[in-house]
Amino acid sequence: MSDKPEPTVRLSVFKTYKLYVGGKFPRSESGRVYEVTDSKDRPLANAPQGSRKDARDAVVAARKAFGGWSGATAYNRGQVLYRVAEMLEGRADQFTREVAEAEGLSRAKAAAQVSAAVDRWVWYAGWTDKIAQVAGGANPVAGPFFNLSSPEPTGVVAVLAPQRSSLLGLVSVLAPVLATGCTAVVVASEDRPLPALTLGEVLATSDVPGGAVNILSGRTAELAAPLAAHQDVNAIDLTGAPAELAVELERAAADNLKRVLRPADAEGDGEDFTADPGIRRLTPFLETKTVWHPTGSLGVSGSAY
Amino acid sequence: MAEMSETTSGAAKDAFGGPFLYAPAPESRAVVDLAPSYGLFIDGEFTEAADGQVFKTLSPSTEEVLSEVARAGAEDVDRAVKAARRAFGPWSALPGAERAKYLFRIARIIQERSRELAVLETLDNGKPIKETRDSDLPLVAAHFFYYAGWADKLAHAGFGPDPRPLGVAAQVIPWNFPLLMLAWKIAPALAAGNTVVLKPAETTPLSALFFADICRSAGLPKGVVNILPGYGDAGAALTAHPDVDKVAFTGSTAVGKEIARTVAGTRKKLTLELGGKGANIVFDDAPLDQAVEGIVSGIFFNQGQVCCAGSRLLVQESVAEEVVDALKRRLTTLRLGDPLDKNTDIGAINSAEQLARITELTDAGEAEGAERWSAPCELPSTGHWFAPTVFTQVTQAHRIAREEIFGPVLSVLTFRTPAEAVAKANNTPYGLSAGIWSEKGSRILAVAEKLRAGVVWANSFNKFDPTSPFGGYKESGHGREGGRHGLEAYLDVR
Repeated sequence: MSDKPEPTVRLSVFKTYKLYVGGKFPRSESGRVYEVTDSKDRPLANAPQGSRKDARDAVVAARKAFGGWSGATAYNRGQVLYRVAEMLEGRADQFTREVAEAEGLSRAKAAAQVSAAVDRWVWYAGWTDKIAQVAGGANPVAGPFFNLSSPEPTGVVAVLAPQRSSLLGLVSVLAPVLATGCTAVVVASEDRPLPALTLGEVLATSDVPGGAVNILSGRTAELAAPLAAHQDVNAIDLTGAPAELAVELERAAADNLKRVLRPADAEGDGEDFTADPGIRRLTPFLETKTVWHPTGSLGVSGSAY
Repeated sequence: MAEMSETTSGAAKDAFGGPFLYAPAPESRAVVDLAPSYGLFIDGEFTEAADGQVFKTLSPSTEEVLSEVARAGAEDVDRAVKAARRAFGPWSALPGAERAKYLFRIARIIQERSRELAVLETLDNGKPIKETRDSDLPLVAAHFFYYAGWADKLAHAGFGPDPRPLGVAAQVIPWNFPLLMLAWKIAPALAAGNTVVLKPAETTPLSALFFADICRSAGLPKGVVNILPGYGDAGAALTAHPDVDKVAFTGSTAVGKEIARTVAGTRKKLTLELGGKGANIVFDDAPLDQAVEGIVSGIFFNQGQVCCAGSRLLVQESVAEEVVDALKRRLTTLRLGDPLDKNTDIGAINSAEQLARITELTDAGEAEGAERWSAPCELPSTGHWFAPTVFTQVTQAHRIAREEIFGPVLSVLTFRTPAEAVAKANNTPYGLSAGIWSEKGSRILAVAEKLRAGVVWANSFNKFDPTSPFGGYKESGHGREGGRHGLEAYLDVR
């Protein structure tokens, strides 16, 4: 017998990717998974293949979270979104690896995507308490009335994440929904869902209330259909829907007059997510509420100075 | 009970027995590490004044020397402006998103160190820890957080597609909210891409110097923020310096006018936040208990050393007696004493000079025939103190109804009709703040519309938020701080 044991190579622990619904990490109720591969078709992991039931459960969770999240002060929502940026920054290495594998990017290019995603959270953290002054305001009506228009979140938003940009694209469509005070049900990129599922772990540790963001992986068409037709969903972002599907979903969304954000171009996914996002992803999910109140009259002009 | 009587010795026993007896609950000073001396902060370094001058900063409640601070002179002003000028090019050329991240860092460090800074501010200023902890510091952090978010959104602020910064901002701030006034000045200036030279007040330089240290922790590039503790001469030299592009001042109307004369004929953009003589108008349909609380916070918050204080109570004749009686009852329950005690409501007056001014004006009030009532509390033997005081039988001609006292002194006037209330409220050269107490929305809005004041609080008083513009009409100054509007002061919008 030898004195020394043979040196063994430590076997790494694989991660089981799960959905993120209601602040928890369930498997798909259907028990299904599908294999996710990298850009060279090498297997990476199994992802849960979410079902129609998972989508409906996610809507219930998002609706439940809406009161609390939309009722939080804009300042508080900004703090929470900034906290997401802090958490994401701390896990940059992990996301760089996942984005590189998912999108077939070099490490440097993937790292740039992750940095841009962190900055995107910071950008929207700053919008929570500013959009009201940009999109709302006092209306000088021709009468003795105080008249003020303020934006309010529309409710539960279904978000079809971009198919190609697995993290920056995802953050670019999710963060504005949260910034407005809406809650989200996100359908991750079908072929590149792993960064999205890992983002759920970041959100869970960032003071984002459970249910404010719900992340599903699976077949986009299968998950999008029940969301587009769901009577308790207020808006749908079709960014990640292929062209034919987008038309179908928009038609289904008309049934309860969902607010619809169409894909940027016919390809459905040609959007350049590194560009300045502006406010075009905030306003579609805001309702404008105008309040009238009589000002009465004192019958005097008061002092002119 | 012997040890408990310490904090309550000042409390008189009225029908309600005065304040409840509380054991002392002092906040620990140990969280603040005060150095025996501090320098000027120029170009990222702490440095002595060119002429070696120093001054002492005292605790207003104990008169002990807290530290010795370098006193800036004209030469130091020039050095600081040059540093800010050098820093301006690279700072303004940074992408807004990068400037934003510096400001977010500053906001976060302030949040982390807020307990320490609250104690420091209470030591140097004399205001109760309850206020620095629950009001000043949270607002300071929120202000930086708010303006951080604007740094990369200037194109959305309504001042054109690519608004540019002005350059070097000269900023002079008062002693009543030292760190909060610093935040109101520095946060929007930096977000817009300017660099700053800021002079804190001579009685409260310490929190600004701790802020300089926070700038270093945040990795802020050298010269972007320069802090010059000093007196009025340094402030005058700073605002008159030919290489500053922007002057922002918060303080007395007299000094504000002097600065306005100084910058006349220059390219310097000017914003001024000056004095006030706020009217707090109580109608007979107001929720009176709530109104009494609002009157108290309106004039006794920060010992009344607040430019937007509700220093004139205008109360409708039919409820005047009831309101004044309730007010006096409430005032006998306020606790005056050690500012570091968590139960203290009324802290120390900031300086002997300020106490002398309050005393002079209240003496004039009595001499001119108004009726004086002070809460029957015992004042500590060391430090600067003034008991909460209410004058009734006040006319509009009295000095205490016209001049800013900047102390815990309320002048009560009465009115019969809303029109009379408006006329009296506007009968002042000032126009900073006002309060309206009524259950009727249309009356509130009608009165608000007629008031010549920059901030009108309905059924509330002394509410502040970084998103909400603040500033005055008439001789209370011009320009607004806070909100989207606050950016205009630091952008070239010509």
